[in-house]
Amino acid sequence: MVATGFGASVKRKEDPAFLQGKGQFVDDIHLPGMLHAAFARSPYAHARVGRIDKAAALAVPGVHTVITYADLPESVRRQTLPLLVPHPAIKQAYMPYALAKDEACYAGEPVACVIADSRYIAEDAAQLVAVEYEPLPAANDCRAALEPGAPLAHAGAESNVAARFPVKVGDAERAFVTAAHVFRERIHQHRGGAFFMECRGAVACYEAPAQSYLLYVSSQGSHRLKRCMLDMFELGDHQVRVVAPDVGGGFGPKGSFYPEYVNVAVASRLTNRPVKWIEDRRENFLATHQERDQYWDVEIAVDAGAKIIGVRGQLIHETGAYVPWGIVLPWITATTVPGPYVIPNFKLEVVSVFTNKIQTTPVRGAGRPEAVVTMERLMDRVARELKLDRAGVRARNFIRPEQMPYNVGIIFRDGRPVTYDSGDYPACQAAALATADYEEFPRRQAEARGSGRYLGIGISNAVEATGLGPYEGATVRVATSGKIVVYTGAAPQGQSHKTTLAQIAADQLGVDYDDVTVVTSDTAGISLGIGSFAARTAVNAGSSVHLAAREVADKAKKIAAGMMECMEDDLELADGCVRLKSAPDVRKSLREIAVKSIGMPGFSMAGGLPPGLEHTAYFTPERSVYSNGTHVAEVEVDIETGAVKIVRYTVAHDCGRVINPMIVDGQVVGGVAHGVGNALYERLVYDDNAQPVSTNFGEYLLPLATDVPHVDLVHLETPSPLNPLGMKGAGEGGTIPAIAAIISAVENALAPFGVTIAEAPITPQRIVELLGPAALGRTA
Amino acid sequence: MADTRTITVTVNGRVCSREVETRLTLADFLRHELNLTGTHVGCEHGVCGACTVLVGGVSARACLMLAVQCDGREVATVESLADGDELNPLQQAFRDNHGLQCGFCTPGILMTLTEFLRDHPDPGEAEVRDVLSGNLCRCTGYQAIVAATLDAAKRMRGGA
Repeated sequence: MVATGFGASVKRKEDPAFLQGKGQFVDDIHLPGMLHAAFARSPYAHARVGRIDKAAALAVPGVHTVITYADLPESVRRQTLPLLVPHPAIKQAYMPYALAKDEACYAGEPVACVIADSRYIAEDAAQLVAVEYEPLPAANDCRAALEPGAPLAHAGAESNVAARFPVKVGDAERAFVTAAHVFRERIHQHRGGAFFMECRGAVACYEAPAQSYLLYVSSQGSHRLKRCMLDMFELGDHQVRVVAPDVGGGFGPKGSFYPEYVNVAVASRLTNRPVKWIEDRRENFLATHQERDQYWDVEIAVDAGAKIIGVRGQLIHETGAYVPWGIVLPWITATTVPGPYVIPNFKLEVVSVFTNKIQTTPVRGAGRPEAVVTMERLMDRVARELKLDRAGVRARNFIRPEQMPYNVGIIFRDGRPVTYDSGDYPACQAAALATADYEEFPRRQAEARGSGRYLGIGISNAVEATGLGPYEGATVRVATSGKIVVYTGAAPQGQSHKTTLAQIAADQLGVDYDDVTVVTSDTAGISLGIGSFAARTAVNAGSSVHLAAREVADKAKKIAAGMMECMEDDLELADGCVRLKSAPDVRKSLREIAVKSIGMPGFSMAGGLPPGLEHTAYFTPERSVYSNGTHVAEVEVDIETGAVKIVRYTVAHDCGRVINPMIVDGQVVGGVAHGVGNALYERLVYDDNAQPVSTNFGEYLLPLATDVPHVDLVHLETPSPLNPLGMKGAGEGGTIPAIAAIISAVENALAPFGVTIAEAPITPQRIVELLGPAALGRTA
Repeated sequence: MADTRTITVTVNGRVCSREVETRLTLADFLRHELNLTGTHVGCEHGVCGACTVLVGGVSARACLMLAVQCDGREVATVESLADGDELNPLQQAFRDNHGLQCGFCTPGILMTLTEFLRDHPDPGEAEVRDVLSGNLCRCTGYQAIVAATLDAAKRMRGGA
């Protein structure tokens, strides 16, 4: 038998259906009698919402109803959408209603929901909902929003400050007094959005006899959605079931709870019909959470030998109109700054600011890429000022492997000290530099310059908290048919959990991974779940599957020992059976054991075992585990057009023990592509009134096959001591260091012109602007 | 009242007649009238390529075409590729090379490449990247798609 368990690059169980067009994405779900929803959305970034006249919309043939705030059930009118992660630093916890009550705070905020026979009709009628708006001044730029007298993002707010908090290690003020050198950088970073290929969507079905709701949502976690629904509708546990079908990409924002989901449920109850809403791409640009702007003002203090003494500064973070994830995003950013470097003194004052734009929540990397850009810009600055090699400056500041576990000294959002569990950062950088042929680069660069071409190389290092708690669970069950099912709250969006979790279970149960079916993100499958984001599923769900499957295997042996009248220790699991080690033909199939395990009516259970050949485990990690990586980008910049071509790209990364190397490679390379977009192309543009003006893929550029380089991968494997299989997360590590490496390479290419870069993305227009006269052919 | 026409389209070899609204897109016709939900709609403005199908053997964005434009024509979708449950060489190469993750953009990419490999049986990497630049994928970074395409071309040349 070919090994298909942990460590094998087996083919994905997901693929045959996807390749034949047989996936079941939310828009592929069709229920009898289903109606369709479309939203009337605020055309203003900030406005009072007055009278709403539904008559014209209701007059359209095929329209069933039009829902406004006033039509919502009492419990939904009474509360705003839940703030998922409260924190004492949040000064003003603004959250939206399911439909705007009397004020719209971003362009695209839902104001009315039209339900019709088809999406075509619903969209026609949504245009006809007549809303009296009184436009209000809009907060557009998160820096300007902090100025006295700036327009308020929420009428009646005390200011535009959502939250303010410091992150501290040691005594930065004292450290800066003793420094040999202090350098200051002001950096503007802008990250776009997730732009998964499948827009959001939901189908709600109110089942009147049971007075319960079934929701299919293209989401990254059904259980948290269910909890939100229970709260909003004040229902019992049995009255809501949420299922995530196949999900066409998530990257963070599909982990949020959105007003549209509440509305389709309300509409289904009102019409007593299933109701579907599918977001179109323009709505996706308006109303799906993004990441956007951060403004940094930071200083680094080093000694005469370029060793870091301290880092300090201020971060202005844009939260947008509301705070659904509290301060999670800027908090992750702030705590990621130190990365792989020893920074004895660190102080960052963070302020999270309201603007009249769609709220910002984690997008792949979740604020970490920005932290890495800032730290790596500072490292490059030190190297430039002190005329040292950039790799060398980093090497002399690395945390050494023998310092593990390493307490960084700051508190992460899980409330625990940031303590790196494992990793070898010097080895990781060395491996990346060797593969990128870093040593020979000056020769390549000089040669290219000789023929008027400008090559540059950039390095970045990152450490990423992964496998965040509190838990993800798994129920492993052998049905009386003998078939094995794993139920988990994990919610894949391309990460291949149906394959990798099956591999883990197969190892314990002595079967092929094809014999294990994994059911993900269905609240009817397992009672508790968190969902898939923050590179947490392998560690949490993977460990739970491992623990639960091991218990099931032990139980199967106990039952079989009774059936076969032998000792458990004489038994092993293989080929779907429990068999005698000494005589493999003497065996009981898992099917026979499962039948035995459920008992017979009227007979007592033998052996005092609880019934059923199943077990549920919730692995609860004591703290995060830390993946790390080094990226080296080599670029060529066209000084006339500002075009950047990535000519070589190397990733060395360490995510501990790997379940399926093929799948991890895919995660890392895909992550790099996201970083390429963030570094060079993706910009969400708003005008002075906070009107979004980049709302399609012609104006907002995603990286294409011709933009993304071939990525050379180097794997390091430092097992984590904090979970049974030694795993760490792999979903975001490809993105996190990428922006910093590419920006650094562009700056390096333009060094002959004295160009420095303190922003991302760096577009061709901006490069030409920075080059000034040099771009016109007057070379330095 | 909505303006309708009766159209007859041969989809994956099957003749289908339906009365449709003139404004119905080809993508919605395939998905909602014929229940061929393998053709995905990713942007509805012709950029992402997820809805790519072949009309008369030529790739087309099903979100930018109206169903009535296909009256009397032949349309091929991702559902036409496999023989029963047996994957064709392009599909098999995608599976073997991990050329898909979430699977949403995949049908459009497969149809783009079906046309491309028919006309270019022995492409280089640059050509493959060029043709792929008309399809967006947010998961893979394209590298495994390029590898799968080159692998598929090799298999198809070898008569596999």
